[in-house]
Amino acid sequence: MKYIIKKVLLVCAFLPSMLLPQAGFANEDIHLESAPIDASNHESLQRGAKTFVNYCLNCHSANYMRYNRLLDIGLSEKQIKDNLLFAGDKIGDPMKVAMNKADAKKWFGVAPPDLSVEVRARGADWVYSYLRSFYRDPDSATGWNNVVYPKVAMPHVLYELQGEQQFDHETHELTLVKPGKLSATEYDTLVGDLTNFLAYMSEPAKQQRNHMGWFVLLFLGVLLVLTYKLKKAYWKDIH
Amino acid sequence: MGEVSYLDHEDSMAENRSDKHQDGSHANSESNPNVDLDKRNFLIASSVVGAIGCAAVAVPFVKSMTPSERAKAAGAPVEVDISKIAPGTMMTVEWRGKPVWIINRTAEMTAELGKHDAQLTDPSCEVTSQQPSYCKNADRSIKPDLAVIVGICTHLGCSPSAKLQPKGDMGDTWSGGFFCPCHGSKFDLAGRVFKGSPAPINLVVPPHKYLTDNTLLIGVDTEEKA
Amino acid sequence: MTNKNVIKQNKSAGANLLENGLNWVDERFPLTSNIKAHLTEYYTPKNFNFWYYFGSLSLLVLVLQILTGIFLTMHYKPDAELAFGSVEYIMRDVPWGWLIRYMHSTGASMFFIVVYMHMFRGIIYGSYRTPRELIWLFGVGIFLCLMGEAFFGYLLPWGQMSYWGAQVIVNLFSAIPFIGPDVSEWLRGDYLVSDATLNRFFAFHVIALPFVLVGLVAAHIIALHEVGSNNPDGIEIKKLKDKETGIPLDGIPFHPYYTVKDIVGVVVFLMVFSTVIFFAPEMGGYFLEANNFVPANPLVTPAHIAPVWYFTPYYSILRAVPPFPGVGFLGIPPSLFPGVAAMGLSVMVFALLPWLDKSPVKSIRYRGTLYKKWLAAFVVSFVVLGYLGTEPSNIWGQFGAYLGNADRATVVARFFTIVYFAFFILMPWYTKKDKTLPVPERVTG
Repeated sequence: MKYIIKKVLLVCAFLPSMLLPQAGFANEDIHLESAPIDASNHESLQRGAKTFVNYCLNCHSANYMRYNRLLDIGLSEKQIKDNLLFAGDKIGDPMKVAMNKADAKKWFGVAPPDLSVEVRARGADWVYSYLRSFYRDPDSATGWNNVVYPKVAMPHVLYELQGEQQFDHETHELTLVKPGKLSATEYDTLVGDLTNFLAYMSEPAKQQRNHMGWFVLLFLGVLLVLTYKLKKAYWKDIH
Repeated sequence: MGEVSYLDHEDSMAENRSDKHQDGSHANSESNPNVDLDKRNFLIASSVVGAIGCAAVAVPFVKSMTPSERAKAAGAPVEVDISKIAPGTMMTVEWRGKPVWIINRTAEMTAELGKHDAQLTDPSCEVTSQQPSYCKNADRSIKPDLAVIVGICTHLGCSPSAKLQPKGDMGDTWSGGFFCPCHGSKFDLAGRVFKGSPAPINLVVPPHKYLTDNTLLIGVDTEEKA
Repeated sequence: MTNKNVIKQNKSAGANLLENGLNWVDERFPLTSNIKAHLTEYYTPKNFNFWYYFGSLSLLVLVLQILTGIFLTMHYKPDAELAFGSVEYIMRDVPWGWLIRYMHSTGASMFFIVVYMHMFRGIIYGSYRTPRELIWLFGVGIFLCLMGEAFFGYLLPWGQMSYWGAQVIVNLFSAIPFIGPDVSEWLRGDYLVSDATLNRFFAFHVIALPFVLVGLVAAHIIALHEVGSNNPDGIEIKKLKDKETGIPLDGIPFHPYYTVKDIVGVVVFLMVFSTVIFFAPEMGGYFLEANNFVPANPLVTPAHIAPVWYFTPYYSILRAVPPFPGVGFLGIPPSLFPGVAAMGLSVMVFALLPWLDKSPVKSIRYRGTLYKKWLAAFVVSFVVLGYLGTEPSNIWGQFGAYLGNADRATVVARFFTIVYFAFFILMPWYTKKDKTLPVPERVTG
């Protein structure tokens, strides 16, 4: 019995550590910035969609996302056709990529993943932080490395916009050494919009889902009152 | 609790049983002075709201069986460049998985259309399901020289072969049209069926409109002038 | 007045038609007698409490899972190349597909929640005791079947967690001495989890197990209605009957009393269920795991894999039990079998409860403190093991060299594994020794 008591005490000593936050997908040592996600901000989503099509869609597909879904974020059919659609694609087509998977593997070592549900896999904060954390690394094949995703195969595609960062391995800090076309705030907005769009794309029905939820709960609340009264009406005979 | 609740409970059971004896429902409770309005009202209210809820839940399930975005994208209207169809020839495009013929009819061909009405089952296109109203005319078309027809036989769904030129292997009386290899149905160059064919009605003219002189959009109706 | 009379006559004419129709059916099918036997004249103890909602809720979730499952099957493709995409197709392109899919994925977790509550009810009120041993055994069968459904179903989205989860579980069978590796290969139909595995798991998930499950549920309910329900006092209401009617004094007809009561439970459940579906379908990664949004890749294992939460107590036990080191000079190789066997036992041991419990009383209300302490220890073990199963075993770091640098979490898991099994193994002893209270004649509260 004494032994058991000892064991129990031992366990109690560990209880506080159970309350610690859980390890997510990414390496737990890395601090992630909170991404500015707002699925109701159509302007941000539209800007993000444009950035996505211009910069990401060259290598990364979004096979489960159809162009005409962008009607939901306030773009018109004409806007989608004129600004976003590749020649020959139809508005109902998914966001496919022209690059052949085998070629991609040859060039980058890995085929660029489909980004349709990337945010659901990694989390918006991870994506946002990742896109802001590229730095120059002469030792890597592409000349780029990333704090959030060390030894990433993807080069810094938004380099022209952000400029060049350097990483101090001792202080663990990134510093901008060569400015790009955008200021740091402008770049953060651009990446924020892009992340917002990626988050939207990972579950386009999310807004509708949240919106509907309130109606369903309201309805069930009414039904709860009625059925509870009904139950009371019958059970007054019993007690 | 105890004795009191026990008696109450027995009472209610007796009431229940007598209810059932009457007719198996509460229909006669109006005449019963002990009628429990609470029970009845909340039973009705819960049932009605519950039924609305069930109906609302059924909606997504029923709708999930309607064409998906993929099906809609595949069935979307098809844009066709018609500038390259030489007079007297035709091209076939796919729309909703069906062949659609676009025939560039010569003046002789159009002239021929009016000459064999007597041999046709429905020369003046009275069966309205087979063409949009804007094509219920002598040529079954918007532009007399261009026929747009779904190439599916109205008999059993084969795709007829084009026999655009008169005579030839179709015999000397043949004035140009389509011949279904499955059961021998014959159609003229406006897709109208000849008498004596197994096919009962004319071929279908799909909804279509001209975006420009040279682009045809199949799958969308021409807005009609009032 | 005359108007009213006319209405009344019409009503009775309608009632006559109904009665005639009912007679017509009853002469050909025992409809009325079945309604009586299972609803209007099925007498249930009048003192059911909170815990008694979970039986009808389990049935509700079963129906929901079957219904949503049928509609998902219309769009899902059990093909390694297409499966992942077809799930996203359901989430985006199928009208309302997202709702049906979330209902199904949330339903899976909710199924385990209500079934665990239902099982716990059975344990605290001694519902497995004579004469309800068969009800309990059918119930354990349902539970096993449900675990099978969950396991097979989890492979279908063909994400990384689906894939590696199936890989690990199927490999557990390899640990069975002698025939193990062949059994694993036979289950997979390939040398690794592949298209063949997906296809057969689909068959098990949508046809084989649902049939067995529904059959077991029917048996569970038939057996229950044969002996009658237990209650929070753990006394037999059939012992005291009204002398004239033969109706148990503490019994009330299931319909309408428990139908209207269960409906309230159903609405509350639906509110919880809807809250998850509409506001948190991933439930922080516990109901839908982030890694499962990455398509299955046989070449890359995710950094941290854990089963879905409802399997984690058993998974913890699997990890906690040390492997058999092997006996070199006898040529017996090291083996994982002890862990696998312990995991299997941890589930199967529930079936023995009716014969392990030697207490003179059924309900926890009349048991002594000894039993209550053991039960509390079991619940704590179950929860802690469940939590540890979701985490990597180095989550709490290591002990120092004096304890062989063992993972702290593993040591804790071992301790609670012992408590878990002790709850069952020592039950005949502590239930006999326990000081029980006198049981009343009639139900209370």
